[in-house]
Amino acid sequence: MMKEVVVLSGKGGTGKTTIVGSLAALAERKVLADCDVDAADLHLLLSPLEKEKNEFWCGQVAHIDADKCNECAVCQELCRFGAINNFRVDAVSCEGCGFCSRICPAEAITMRDNMAGYWFISDTRYGPLVHARLGIAQENSGKLVAEVRRRARQIAEEQGLDYIISDGPPGIGCPVISSLSGAALALLVTEPSLAGLHDLGRVLGLCHHFGIPAMVCINKYDLNEENTREIECECAGQGVAVVGRVPFDNVVTESIVQGVPLVEYSDGSITREIQRMWHTLSTA
Amino acid sequence: MIISIASGKGGTGKTLVATSLALSLRDDYKVQLLDCDVEEPNDHVFLRPEITGTEAVATPVPRVDEEKCTYCGECARVCAFNAIAVVGNNVLTFPQLCHGCGACAYLCPEKAISEEDRETGVAEWGHSNGLAFAHGKLTVGEAMAPPVIRKVKEHANNEGIVIVDVPPGTSCPVVEALRGSDFCILVTEPTPFGLNDLTLAVETVRELDIPCGVVLNRTGVGDSGVEEYCRQKRIPVLLTIPLDTEIARLYSRGITMVDGMPQWKSRFFRLYDKVSDIVDERSRGPER
Repeated sequence: MMKEVVVLSGKGGTGKTTIVGSLAALAERKVLADCDVDAADLHLLLSPLEKEKNEFWCGQVAHIDADKCNECAVCQELCRFGAINNFRVDAVSCEGCGFCSRICPAEAITMRDNMAGYWFISDTRYGPLVHARLGIAQENSGKLVAEVRRRARQIAEEQGLDYIISDGPPGIGCPVISSLSGAALALLVTEPSLAGLHDLGRVLGLCHHFGIPAMVCINKYDLNEENTREIECECAGQGVAVVGRVPFDNVVTESIVQGVPLVEYSDGSITREIQRMWHTLSTA
Repeated sequence: MIISIASGKGGTGKTLVATSLALSLRDDYKVQLLDCDVEEPNDHVFLRPEITGTEAVATPVPRVDEEKCTYCGECARVCAFNAIAVVGNNVLTFPQLCHGCGACAYLCPEKAISEEDRETGVAEWGHSNGLAFAHGKLTVGEAMAPPVIRKVKEHANNEGIVIVDVPPGTSCPVVEALRGSDFCILVTEPTPFGLNDLTLAVETVRELDIPCGVVLNRTGVGDSGVEEYCRQKRIPVLLTIPLDTEIARLYSRGITMVDGMPQWKSRFFRLYDKVSDIVDERSRGPER
């Protein structure tokens, strides 16, 4: 049966993409999904060959026909997003609700479809990769994530693959919820800082809220072993397994610079720890 | 002056820069720090502020008076977010999908829809050692950060220096936090990830017409891609911070860089001077 593992962290920069890149090299029979559609980086480790590029149309933006507009200002008064000023629409502020287009007495406002980004299907030597690029300053990141996951699931089903491995976005909001809902397992990558501990608590709360089982990987665990113990205590208290303790090592940065997954770049203890973690995850 | 601290990529050091910059300036200026990363706010971990006020953040959502409702379905037709549906003699609302635009209530022919507030987070404010502070927290399980960010920004001072800690990424929460800034400091690291996400962040601030400069964090490992990009795009590198496990250890214990390594205070002060010069020059500039 196919299993979807999503890698999240709450706090940014804890090592999600490094871990996903390594799991890409370790797992067999999988499709990879980059759900960080705001700032996707996984492709930088996997040297993808683009097979498909698709436009992502989502939502609408109001447009005022200046010839019809009689400057009554009803739209400006009713728009709750402050998106209409001086009878012009600020496309960045417009949420696409269409309220203005319905109440304009002069029927001067139309809603135009919005191109919100692109999504791609690529081949990598680790298997297929579904990834995306949200347009700058766009909304709808959650919907683009949903599209990425839908395509990844489709590929997994068609090819009878065992795993979907997703690189999630930071935070706990819209695109994170969209990455997480309905997944089989969340792997939460954290770091032993007070900020990391605080943020882990919130993303664990999110997993609990949506009923998704979670496991934790403590990255750079040796930077503060006291905090590492506190994270382990916190996890034990919540019945959450800590499945990996990855040491701090400059070899991680070197592997990113070389653009290859860490476990292929290094054969040191850091690689063995990630191999052990994948073994635990895949047999869970 | 409003200076925002953003990054594209998470974990590059926004919080480190925002807190240390604020603390370096507070003896000489009136300074306020606004943590607008409402999904994962961290500045309070370092500043341990005394919170003196809180306000719930509420989004208006529809409430249907079934006595007046004729199940005509107009509300469902006007809702762009599928947050209200009419199924037979039932009106279903999905408050988490609602953006609070108010169209359904306004356009209901029977005036059967009113709006009620739904709490999605909280804004808190106070102070920490002479520094004014405010932050927001999105309730766990809620999707929409922008209303919480808007509420935090309502508490921005009109005078002195306001430093805004922006969430990572390039989408709506980032835009909400950046809007109105006089300058944006983009914090990145010298790796291909840092470069990729910096280029996206630069596009975002340029879209909003906000001038920017770069703080390069964890230099000494990595590559020269970010510096080459900055040279090419004529983006000033305002400060570099070396990779140093001592800085990382202080950070891990919730100690700001300038508290743990006071020699950095003058460098953050100079960072502000550089930003201030760029903003002044721009306001005198030829375009406007």
